[in-house]
Amino acid sequence: MTQLPDSNYKAPDGPQKYIGKAVKRVEDPRFITGQGHYTDDINVHGQLHAAMLRSPYAHAKIGQIDASAALALKGVHAVLTGQDLADAKVGSIPTGWLLPDLKIPPHPAIAHGEVHYVGDIVAVVIAESRALAEDAVALIEVDLEPLDAVSLGSQALAQGAAEVHPEAPGNVAFNWEIGDAAAADELFKQADHVVSLKIRNHRLVPNAIEPRASLAQYQRSSEEFTLHTTSQNPHIHRLMLAAFVLGIPEHKLRVISPDVGGGFGSKIFQYPEEVIVLFAAKKLNRPVKWAARRSESFVSDMQGRDHESEAQLALSKDGKMLALKVDTIANMGAYLTTFAPAVPTYLYGTLLNGVYKFGAVHAKVTGVFTNTVPVDAYRGAGRPEATYLVERIVSKAASELGMDAAEIRRKNFIQPEDFPYQTPVALVYDSGNYEPALDKALGMLGYQDLLKEQAEGRKNGRYIGIGFSTYVEACGLAPSALVGQLGAQAGQWESAVVRVMPTGKIEVLTGSHSHGQGHETTFAQIAAEEFGIPMEDVVIVHGDTGKMPFGWGTYGSRSAAVGGSALKMALGRIKDKATKIAAHLLEAAPEDIEVADGQFKVKGVPEGGKSFFDVALMAHLAHNLPEGMEPGLEAQYMYDPKNFVYPFGTHIAVVELDADTGHVKMIKYVCVDDCGPLINPLVVEGQVHGGIAQGFGQAILEETVYDEEGNMLTGSFMEYSMPRAEDLPMFEIDHTVTPSPHNPLGVKGIGESGTIASTAAVANAVNDALRAFGHHHVDMPFTPEKVWRAMKGGVQDLGQAADD
Amino acid sequence: MYTTPFDYHRAVNLDDALKMLADNPDAKLLAGGHSLIPTMKLRLASPSALIDISALDELRGIRTDGDMLILGAGVTHAELLYDKTVAEYAPLMPDMARWVGDPMVRNRGTVGGVVAHADPAADYPAGLLTLGASFKLKSAGGERVVGVDDYFKGMFETALQEGEIVTEIHIPRQAGKGAYEKFRHPASHYAIVGVAALASPEGVKVAMTGAGPKAVRLTQVEQAIGSDLSDENIKSATENAVDAGSLLSDRFASAEYRAHLAGVLAKRALMRVK
Amino acid sequence: MSLVPVTININGTPTPAQVEPRMLLVQFLRDELELTGTHVGCDTSQCGACTVSLNGEAVKSCTLFAVQADGMDVQTIEGIGSMDDLHPIQAAFWEQHGLQCGFCTPGMIMASAEIIRRNPDPSEEEIREQLGGNFCRCTGYHNIVKAISSAAAVMREKGAEAGQAADD
Repeated sequence: MTQLPDSNYKAPDGPQKYIGKAVKRVEDPRFITGQGHYTDDINVHGQLHAAMLRSPYAHAKIGQIDASAALALKGVHAVLTGQDLADAKVGSIPTGWLLPDLKIPPHPAIAHGEVHYVGDIVAVVIAESRALAEDAVALIEVDLEPLDAVSLGSQALAQGAAEVHPEAPGNVAFNWEIGDAAAADELFKQADHVVSLKIRNHRLVPNAIEPRASLAQYQRSSEEFTLHTTSQNPHIHRLMLAAFVLGIPEHKLRVISPDVGGGFGSKIFQYPEEVIVLFAAKKLNRPVKWAARRSESFVSDMQGRDHESEAQLALSKDGKMLALKVDTIANMGAYLTTFAPAVPTYLYGTLLNGVYKFGAVHAKVTGVFTNTVPVDAYRGAGRPEATYLVERIVSKAASELGMDAAEIRRKNFIQPEDFPYQTPVALVYDSGNYEPALDKALGMLGYQDLLKEQAEGRKNGRYIGIGFSTYVEACGLAPSALVGQLGAQAGQWESAVVRVMPTGKIEVLTGSHSHGQGHETTFAQIAAEEFGIPMEDVVIVHGDTGKMPFGWGTYGSRSAAVGGSALKMALGRIKDKATKIAAHLLEAAPEDIEVADGQFKVKGVPEGGKSFFDVALMAHLAHNLPEGMEPGLEAQYMYDPKNFVYPFGTHIAVVELDADTGHVKMIKYVCVDDCGPLINPLVVEGQVHGGIAQGFGQAILEETVYDEEGNMLTGSFMEYSMPRAEDLPMFEIDHTVTPSPHNPLGVKGIGESGTIASTAAVANAVNDALRAFGHHHVDMPFTPEKVWRAMKGGVQDLGQAADD
Repeated sequence: MYTTPFDYHRAVNLDDALKMLADNPDAKLLAGGHSLIPTMKLRLASPSALIDISALDELRGIRTDGDMLILGAGVTHAELLYDKTVAEYAPLMPDMARWVGDPMVRNRGTVGGVVAHADPAADYPAGLLTLGASFKLKSAGGERVVGVDDYFKGMFETALQEGEIVTEIHIPRQAGKGAYEKFRHPASHYAIVGVAALASPEGVKVAMTGAGPKAVRLTQVEQAIGSDLSDENIKSATENAVDAGSLLSDRFASAEYRAHLAGVLAKRALMRVK
Repeated sequence: MSLVPVTININGTPTPAQVEPRMLLVQFLRDELELTGTHVGCDTSQCGACTVSLNGEAVKSCTLFAVQADGMDVQTIEGIGSMDDLHPIQAAFWEQHGLQCGFCTPGMIMASAEIIRRNPDPSEEEIREQLGGNFCRCTGYHNIVKAISSAAAVMREKGAEAGQAADD
């Protein structure tokens, strides 16, 4: 066993051939020609179709289900109910993250006894066609006896509120706390100024443009299942479905997630429909497919955010931040799904320190059940909620103290020499240098000129707002031992196999999964870089448990930092062995061999050498290998980093309010992100663009609204406002580069930064504009009527209550 | 995604369509389909039969008769937006058409469909009120022409009788500047409020759509304007000019806000026609 | 429910079929013809993932019954260009990184063709406004707008070249 390089980052010795280059994406030709291969594009012989009967009530007792008329339709094969699954001992859909005293009510794939949200599945029709299945659903008669329901987290905690589950008295799923309350209290006593903030981080629907879909096949002869499903992490699906839900031996279930049309978290989770199609495929011995209609997605895709918080920030009179206290109610919805308990706790409370030097931070979070669609990870998952709170209260402090919003931040930044930085809320930030990002962004913005323009405008009834978000986030989810201590029922390492073929072509198998992130390009860049071979000689394989070793998939901006690092480590093993073979063939010492442009050469000897092909071929022919060397050229690495990674940066939004209508127009957006070295700037910037749009969407447009009975009032694109091209400006993007010391590529995640940072930036911009009307805080989303009322309403600050 | 099953009848000509409509009272007419098909897909409407008039040549075409612009009911929003005759005779029509849906919707959706459906949030009714349009309605029994003031009755309610089809929209040649201003719902893009203004030698007309159950003339604004289109008069005539009392109110926009927007949009439209 | 005979000219090939009246054009393309490049992203005619060209004009194939397309020309993403011969809009989406997950992309490309057909030299503002019927959740539209601009420029140049060649 050779000594592997230390996993700590080492900067490249010289110029790189692929890494850092804006390489056009390898996967694009199939997508731009309509040859993408998504789950709903797959049809197999004998396939049946499932359609769901979903509860129209937020909470109801299920009585008699009469399916006789549905079953009488020619071509209807079965109607399944919760009783069928209970009789077959199908298990509850599990929760994959545990907290102390966590209450986990049963979550059957088809509701049994009671339904708990509008959209909960009551019965399922399996029929020859989707059309027929939908016709049959309309013929099922169900006695549903409506029960009292509750939709808002704080209302669920109120005395006498409807009880969602008897397993969770008072609707409390968990009470969780982090930080030193006594230390915080002490600092508040010393404070010259305390800023208070009451905010709602409203609920969102992820709305990946590809609706979820699943196709199950069962091979009776071998008792093997194949599930094609829209998943960000097929191994997690296999593990949960096999071990916990259906009792399928894990090696008899193959989960394939082919091209996936966006995830944003919503395709991490193990969903009821996957259980149903697998169960039905075996029962009927026919392939069974289900594809969501968008109106189903709105009531069945796990949703995001939904916090109600109160916070206090203690400051000295010169604007030094001393301590922060936060009390949050997190609405978990009707059930606890895959990662749900982690999102408002370890992915939220630990991030409340932001980029600042606090003496103490204390947070208390109450997780609450309601009769709404479950809430789980949505792009950023906990970190946008934390960033919105911290960045909003900091801007509010600046507003109250009459300080410049950029300067109050600068004054409180953790300094470069402080890293690694132990925060008061458990995390150790790996590396950072926050001021250069702020300065660069201010320069790009032309901040001083813009301030003048803003002041000038206010005199003439033109209301410009400038909003800052100097964020840090924790991503690259791992290390396993740490997440295990925190309650994860999963590991968080990642796998890579590098398989060099006799002709020198490379197949890379990764446990990471691309649903838009571009792994087929960026991972090929990493692999090709190692040997200087053409990128065309590398293929990236992902999304199939039948091909890859175990892996944990893609979420939490972990692909490059964890999956990419696993690849880098596996490549190191290949390089090591290939170098020995080359040295043997060149009759030189391995340490005298260097590799560049696909050629192994003896250092200082420009002639001769062996090509990567020569070495790969000899590794397989094994005619002439070093003494005792095992033939072949294949390596696997399971990479488990030592810490999260901590990307950071400065985002600045500039908005203009229409004084007549309250319409908010974003006129400029500038950001400087630091995600360490960029593997592919094109891909990185694309991630930032999309992230900004989603964060902007929350601040200005998007909102999932339930009435008090738990009916969703925004259940289609007719009511739920998605960001359109017309809503956004061109973004101005730049970077600083501060490598992470914790992985061999030095990279930090970038998939979520845009969303984490931008909601706060946009919200701060609108609030900055509204300062002209005497406000220190108005809560998002900034719908036109709300802004109009704020503009005409004078000094009254508008919290969540003003929304309706 | 699937509608309930229905019988499909492709009309070969208008008479054929009228006869089928008379024979199938439960049938719905299918033209552009951009209101009907989404409703059917969500199974909020389940007609037993559809009579497809989307390909009827008799309903197509843009022509003029003296100073009258005559639009076939099957003329699409895109045709209104790009047609030279329409631009010459009634430039207010393309000023509204550009706000309808999106390019794909405009290529399929028809002016007759909008008139027949009478969605309270549709754009055209505002402009048609100011232009003094009229509509030719045909049935198996005959035909009649109804003026716009008598046509729109309420939310999804018109003068159309059972068995009647809107076949033509008649628009007198626009004699002055017209403008349409719209504040759209950020999700659906339908009008929260839309206001059309027309300044012709006969006077200034202003009409509003989206805010109430049906499009209406803003006569109080018209009276306050008279023929004085000075900035000051436009401002004073439109500020707080609309009463919230009869307006719609929903989660996104209260009646009070809609009334305010109507004043703002009236001001903006009037500024453009001065 | 009786089936209705239709013949639709799909990407230049007359395609006869018997269809149930309620079958949408998009379902006909995807489920009957395996032309799965045209996608379904919503059920309220808003997302534009299903955009195809009908007799030369872009339409939402989820808001049109297949029977209505009888006798008409339908062009889908599979017909606008191929891997060997990319349409300039396809090439521009690739070049400008105008896609990520790829799901909205076929509809975006077909809608882009409509924008450029209506105005060969659209401004950024026009492009953004004319994209009102197409949702993308990945790109923030930034690179899509760039792609359409650059495709329009390429197409204008090609048009000019073709015009010049015809003159010569």
